[in-house]
Amino acid sequence: MEKILEIKDLEVKFHTQSGTVHALRGVNFHLNKGETLALVGESGSGKSVTAQAIMKLLPTPPAEITKGQIILDGEDIVPKTEKQMEKIRGNVVSMIFQDPMTSLNPTMRVGRQIDELIMKNEKVSRQEAKRRAIELLDMVGIPNAASRYNQYPHQFSGGMRQRVMIAIAVAARPKLLIADEPTTALDVTIQAQILELMKRLKEKLETSIIFITHDLGVVANMADRVAVMYAGQIVEIGTSDEIFYDPRHPYTWGLLSSMPSLDANDGEELHAIPGSPPDLTKPPVGDAFARRSPYALQIDFEKEPPMFQVSETHFVKSWLLHPNAPKVEPPKIVQQRRRVLPGTFEHPVLVEGGL
Amino acid sequence: MTSSVGEKEKFVLVRQNLEEAEKIEKKSISFWGDAFYRFRQNKLAMFCVFLLLVLVAMAIFVPWFSKYDYDTNDLMNTNQPPSAKHWFGTDDLGRDVFVRTWVGARISLTIGVVAALIDLLIGVVWGGIAGYKGGRVDEVMMRIADILNGIPYLLVIILFMVVFGQELWTMILAMTVTGWINMARIVRGQVLQLKNQEFVLAARTLGASFSRILFKHVIPNAMGPILVTLTLTIPSAIFTEAFLSFLGLGLNPPLASWGTMANEGLPALEYYPWRLFFPATFICLTMFALNVIGDGLRDAIDPRLRK
Amino acid sequence: MLKYILRRLASILLTLFVIVTITFFLMRIAPGNPFTSEKRLPPEIEANLNAHYGLDQPWYKQYAQYLVKVATWDFGPSFKYKGQTVNDLIADGFPVSLYLGLEALFIAVFFGILLGVFAAVRQNSWVDYSSMSLAVIGISVPSFIMAAVLQYIFAIKLQWFPIATWGSFKHTILPALALAMMPLAYIARLTRSTMLEVLNNDYIKTAKSKGFSERVIVYRHALRNSLLPVISYLGPLTANIITGSFVIEKIFGIPGLGAHFVQSITNRDYTVIMGVTTFYSIILLLAVLLVDIVYGLIDPRIKVSAKEGV
Repeated sequence: MEKILEIKDLEVKFHTQSGTVHALRGVNFHLNKGETLALVGESGSGKSVTAQAIMKLLPTPPAEITKGQIILDGEDIVPKTEKQMEKIRGNVVSMIFQDPMTSLNPTMRVGRQIDELIMKNEKVSRQEAKRRAIELLDMVGIPNAASRYNQYPHQFSGGMRQRVMIAIAVAARPKLLIADEPTTALDVTIQAQILELMKRLKEKLETSIIFITHDLGVVANMADRVAVMYAGQIVEIGTSDEIFYDPRHPYTWGLLSSMPSLDANDGEELHAIPGSPPDLTKPPVGDAFARRSPYALQIDFEKEPPMFQVSETHFVKSWLLHPNAPKVEPPKIVQQRRRVLPGTFEHPVLVEGGL
Repeated sequence: MTSSVGEKEKFVLVRQNLEEAEKIEKKSISFWGDAFYRFRQNKLAMFCVFLLLVLVAMAIFVPWFSKYDYDTNDLMNTNQPPSAKHWFGTDDLGRDVFVRTWVGARISLTIGVVAALIDLLIGVVWGGIAGYKGGRVDEVMMRIADILNGIPYLLVIILFMVVFGQELWTMILAMTVTGWINMARIVRGQVLQLKNQEFVLAARTLGASFSRILFKHVIPNAMGPILVTLTLTIPSAIFTEAFLSFLGLGLNPPLASWGTMANEGLPALEYYPWRLFFPATFICLTMFALNVIGDGLRDAIDPRLRK
Repeated sequence: MLKYILRRLASILLTLFVIVTITFFLMRIAPGNPFTSEKRLPPEIEANLNAHYGLDQPWYKQYAQYLVKVATWDFGPSFKYKGQTVNDLIADGFPVSLYLGLEALFIAVFFGILLGVFAAVRQNSWVDYSSMSLAVIGISVPSFIMAAVLQYIFAIKLQWFPIATWGSFKHTILPALALAMMPLAYIARLTRSTMLEVLNNDYIKTAKSKGFSERVIVYRHALRNSLLPVISYLGPLTANIITGSFVIEKIFGIPGLGAHFVQSITNRDYTVIMGVTTFYSIILLLAVLLVDIVYGLIDPRIKVSAKEGV
C-alpha cells in the first residue's frame, strides 16, 4: 500500500511567556492512500497541532518544529520554505476547520472564495472557474448552486457553510484532506449529513482523509484506522475494529467507557477520566497518562514506555504490555464489547524505535 | 531496551488517590488584582503615572514657593530667553514663564479633571438608567443623546463661550453640555451586557430595588471601561481648552491656562519661541501621559483586546 | 436603502431644526447681540438687520422669520461688515477650506491606513514599535501645536515652505499636514488593531490553508474587513478637520471659512456665527450620512432595511 503521509518522531514546541510548551513529543504514524484515519483525544492532546503541522500552518514565532519529518506524498516538508508550502497548500493537502460560522470571509462572496483557489492552481478563465465552482457547490449538496454562488456567508446556515468549506477544500483535488473537528459545531442531524457527504466525496475523488475528533461515535462511522493521542504523543493506533473491540491502552479504555452507548445496560455508570491533562510546559516523566490511571505501574513514573505491537496494524505505547507487567482487566464496558480479532499476535512484540 | 535485573520490581501496580487529581492548582486572583498586576507590568504606563504625579506635584508646589507671582509684571525684563533667573524665560510683560506654566497647569488640569468628572456623573446616571430600564425609556433617552450628538461638539462650546462669557466655570460647563454623551453610551453598553447576567437576577430575586441594583451591583462591574473612558476624557478636555484659547475664547488675562499662554506665545513664535514652547510641551506631555495610561488601563482590564 | 436614506434625512432635518433654534435663542441672550443692542449701529447695517430679522417684532415672529430664511438658504447680512452677507462670506471662504480639508483627509486616510497595515503585518518588529510610538505622540499633539511646530521648523527656520497665506500648492502642505497629523495617527492605530484582530480570525486561517501568500491574504482578504471601523471614523474625522481648520487657517493666514468664522467670533458678528454654525452642521450631518451609506455598501452584513433605527 502506498503511503500518502508519513510522520516520524515529530516534536513541536511553543515558546510562550509562561514557558516552553512541548505540544508534540514524538508523534509517529502514517496514512495510506485512500484511507481515512481518525485522530482522537482530549483538548490539549495535540490533535490540532498535528493537523496544522502537516500543513505547516503553525505560526512560527511561537511554534517551532524541533525534530522529526513530515513526509507528504514522498517529500519531507519540514525543511520547505513558506513559498514552497504555498504551492502545496490547497493543492496537495487542504483542511476543513471546526467552526463554519467564522471560517469564511464575511465580506467576500462565496463563489469567489472557491474561484480564487481554482484560479490559483490552474490557468483557467474566470468563466471556467465560475462554472467549476457552481459544479462544486452542487456536488456538496447546495441547492440552487448558481444563485447561491453570488451570496455571502451570512446568508447560509451553519451546515451549508460547512458544505461550502468542503467545496473549497476539495476544489483543487487535494490528495490529502484534513478535517479538524468539522462536525463538532453542528447539530447532530446536520452532522450525519456532513459525514455522509464526506464519505461520498472521498469515494468519488479518491482522497485520503485525516479526521480529527473527540467524538468516538463519529469515528466508528468514518474511520478505517484510529490513532489515539494523549499529551502530545500517540498512545495507541490500530484499525477501527481493533480500537473498538480490542483496545489495550488505559487511556483508550477511559475514552471508550466514558462514551454513552445505546446498548449499555441501565445502571451502568459512565466513567469520567479523573483529573485533567498535564501541563506540557513541564512534561511528565515516564508515562504521561499514569497519573490519571488506576492501572499505573511504578515504572510508569520513571521511564517512558516503548511501543508494543499487537498485530500487523495495532500498536500500543504502554508498559502494561511488557511481559513483566501484571495482567489487568479493562473496565466492564470495554470487557463486554471485547472480541479477539484475527491477526492478533500471541504476545505483544516490543518495537525498537519508530513504526 | 531490554529489561534488566532489578526492574522486575518496578512492574507493580501503584495505588493512587485519583480524587486528589481534581484539585485546582493555582490560587485564584481577584479580577482587579489581576488587572492591576498587568498594569504594573506595563512599564511605559507606569512611567506616565509617575510623570503625571510629578506634574501635579509641581503644579501644586511651585507657585507656593516661587518668588514670582504669575501676574508680577517686570517691564524692564520682557521677552527674556530662559536663564538662571527665569528658568523658562519671561513673556511680553516680563512675567516669569516658569511660574505661569505651573499656575497654568493648575487651571488646565482642573478644567480637565472637573469636566471629565461631570461627564462621568451625568453619563453614568443617564447611560445607567437607559441601559437598565431598556425599552421605551432607553429609546427616548438615547434618541435625545443622538440628536444632541449631532450638534458638533466644538461648535456648541464656541457658542456657549460666546454667549456666556469666558470664565472658568462657563468653560467647564460648556464642555460638559455634550461631553457626557460618550460616557453615557459606554455605560449603557456595559449595563446592557451586565443586566442579563445571573448576579443581577439573583439580586432582584432577593428583592433589591432598581437603584440599588444599578448603583451597587451593575455599575461597579462596569467600572473597567468607565475608568478607561474617564482617563481618556481628560486629555480631550485639556485639548479643548487649549483650542478655545487659540480661537480667542480662552480665559481672560491675567489668568493663565496652558492654552492661553500658548496662544499668546504664537505671534511671538519667530523671535521668542520659548513662550509657546513650554506651555505647548506640557499640554502634549499631559495628553500623552493620559493617553498612555488610558491605553494601559484598557489593556490591563481586557487583555484580549491587546495586540 | 431608499427608505433608510429618507429616514436619515428626516432625522437630519430634525437635528438641524434643534441647532438653528438653539443658535437663535442663544444669540438673543448673548451680550451685545443685534436683538437687544443698546449700542448704536451704523444705519445701513441696522436697516439691513431690521429688514432681515424684523428686530422690532415680537420674538416668535422673529424666530419664524429666521427659520424661513434659513430654509431658503438665506443667512442674512453680516453684523459687522457693511454690504456683506453671510452667504458671501461662505461662498468666499468655503472653497478654500474645502480644498485644505480634502487634502488633509486624503493624507490622513491614505497614510494612516498604510502605516497601520505595515505595523500590523510586521507585528512586534521595529517598524511596529516605532510607528506606534509615533502614533501615540501624534494623537497627543493638538493640531494647532503641530501647526506652530511645523511652521517654526520648516517655514521659519528651514525656510522650505512659505510661512503663511494661500496661493500655490506649496502653501497647502504645512497646514494640511498639521490638520492631518492627529487623524493619521488615530487611523494608523485603529487600522493596526483591527487588522491584528482580523488576522487572528478563522477565515484568515482558511485563506492560508488555501496556500495564498501573505500579500494576497492581507490585501485581498484582511484589508476590506479591517477598513470598516476606519470608515465609521470618517464622520468624526470630518468634524475634527472642520474644527481644526479654524485654528490652522488662523495660524497660517489662510482665507478660508474657518478663518472668517474665527474672526466673526472675535468680532461678535452674531449673524455670521449663526449662519456659519448652521452651515457647518449641515455639512457634518451630510458627511455622517454619506459615511453610513458607504459603510452599508461595503459590509454586506448590514441590511439597510426599513426596520433599522437611526
